[in-house]
Amino acid sequence: MSTLQEELKVSIIEALNLEEYTPADIDNDDALFGDGLGLDSIDALELIVLLDKDYGIKLTDPEKSKSIFQSVNVLAAYIEENRTK
Amino acid sequence: MPATAYFIESYCHISSSGLNHNGTLNPSKETNFDEYLKSLYRTLDLKYPKFFKMDTLSKLSFLGADILLEHSAEEKTETALVFSNRSSSLDTDRKHQASITAGADVYPSPAVFVYTLPNIGMGEIAIRHQLHSENAFFVFDSFQAEFLQKYTLSLLHQKKATRALCAWVEVDGHTRHGFFYMVSKEGTIPHTKTEIEQLFSAENV
Repeated sequence: MSTLQEELKVSIIEALNLEEYTPADIDNDDALFGDGLGLDSIDALELIVLLDKDYGIKLTDPEKSKSIFQSVNVLAAYIEENRTK
Repeated sequence: MPATAYFIESYCHISSSGLNHNGTLNPSKETNFDEYLKSLYRTLDLKYPKFFKMDTLSKLSFLGADILLEHSAEEKTETALVFSNRSSSLDTDRKHQASITAGADVYPSPAVFVYTLPNIGMGEIAIRHQLHSENAFFVFDSFQAEFLQKYTLSLLHQKKATRALCAWVEVDGHTRHGFFYMVSKEGTIPHTKTEIEQLFSAENV
């Protein structure tokens, strides 16, 4: 299955060097930060770079990124609405 | 207090050849050094996913420290870190430089940038082992056994720490070598310049 969610999981694992994870380990509703994947602030910056590079989305408001990076599903929905490439 | 009141409790070398831990040799089966460090991480059965995010210098520092700290019965928190190398973080600096001079389509990596300091690896060690003790990273043209010995003794005599993890961690080009030794009141190898130099020279696995 090749959905945006699956594509994002592969990109996140690669961009954040989550070598002990496979896409199957990440549920679409898992929290990306905190108790979920346990990502940190540097990971958040990498995700901002990923959005710009892959989807042409420039995030400038850190507060906004908090809500966008809740889960793969939330992130995919935001990308669908705002992508320029 | 005489210098011989302290000993080299344990030591290890990590290089492309493999691991030499207190004279016990475990040759590498990998041709790529980064892959070897990852295989060593898995062999040691460490549970620390952030390891994979580190640059090569920090991975090397992290593993060497883990091997010596985990094999020590003493309380870890009063362990000073005294590290050194020749090339600072130049290997990662070059990667960062390449990423910011890649042309119009520039996407520098924050995760690469955070490792453009040599002492970040010591921070990773301190976080992992909850060390709140003294730490210092020196950049020399070559390994300086005498300086490390005197500096370490100074820390111990001033009671800044009860023991010290000393290291030479060099990552640049084809040179990838970590030499780590623990200085404490335990052990049998005298903590002298001569012994440190001999152990440093005995890296070949």
